[in-house]
Amino acid sequence: MNAVIAELWPYLVLVMVGFLPNEIWRALGLVLARGLNEDSQMVVLARALATAILAGVIAKLILFSSGALANIPLAVRVTAAVCGFLAFLAVKRTVFAGVVVGEAVLLAGGYFLLH
Amino acid sequence: MSGPITYASSAAAFRAGVKSAVTSVFFLVISGTYVGVGALAHGYGFAPWWLALSTVLVWAAPAQVILISALGGGAPLIEAAIAVTLSAIRLLPMVVALLPLLRGKGTWLRDLVLPTHFTAISMWVESLRLLPAIAHERRVPFCNGLAAGYMFAATGSGFIGYYLAAELPPLLAGALLFLTPMSFLMSTARNARMMIDRLAFGFGLMIGPVLAYWHVGLDLMWTGVIGGSLAYAVNRLRGVAT
Repeated sequence: MNAVIAELWPYLVLVMVGFLPNEIWRALGLVLARGLNEDSQMVVLARALATAILAGVIAKLILFSSGALANIPLAVRVTAAVCGFLAFLAVKRTVFAGVVVGEAVLLAGGYFLLH
Repeated sequence: MSGPITYASSAAAFRAGVKSAVTSVFFLVISGTYVGVGALAHGYGFAPWWLALSTVLVWAAPAQVILISALGGGAPLIEAAIAVTLSAIRLLPMVVALLPLLRGKGTWLRDLVLPTHFTAISMWVESLRLLPAIAHERRVPFCNGLAAGYMFAATGSGFIGYYLAAELPPLLAGALLFLTPMSFLMSTARNARMMIDRLAFGFGLMIGPVLAYWHVGLDLMWTGVIGGSLAYAVNRLRGVAT
């Protein structure tokens, strides 16, 4: 019995600590979205809130990096992001071009500064 | 202007969704991100199937990174749960903005349960871009196909990262982690065609790091509330002025 519990415990933790605290916000969105149509002011505002949060997440990932990315200096990360964005604008707003240029600048800058 | 894109059946719409997932830049980005998450899970000693299940159930890379590093680092369960739930607040406005796009005349609430669970940054960004061109009655299966394609990439890449872990040199591992902010930066900018979205995007980029630098609690929630409301207000005032 105890062996079964020990085996299943990580999965129970996953559901209680990972799945439920995350899913509750989606479920709440499902309830709140009832009756709203795509042009309603609430939906326009919700999109603006979500876009601003997403932009905040992006800026934090670049400026306050964690893990292996934190070993690459801040100046290199910011330069790479700016170059990538300029490439994105230059090549008719192509996401792929921006990502490739940004990554290339990051790798080159990281290589020269760390070697 | 041509009419909306339609498909012969729901299954055809689902397949079209999978196809657009596989051919989008996010397919590479999600693969790269989850190779990183897989490596992290390996580092903290989680089982590979636990990681796969967390990808399917949680389906949000930031929450999974928080969960794995908090539990692996020995944080109390309640603290890990609070950190996860704070990171997930952004899902609420995303779902509220997405579901009205999916709802047609014959759409039941139960049809929206799966797209609600599938809502995550990549799927949200691509759905907002692609769905308006698709016939209303085929949007739900298309959206499910799109998300299923991404989830398949994420789960598979999690396994790859798990077994690749520690083999990757630090610079390449850093470049892999850089994929996520770069692709989100550009794809969100591409999607922001209306003035209010561009304003919200710009305000968020500025306010987010400032609040984080000052260690303001719930910084991302405040970034959304301040940046989003400011954008909404400026947009309303401009509308009145012209």
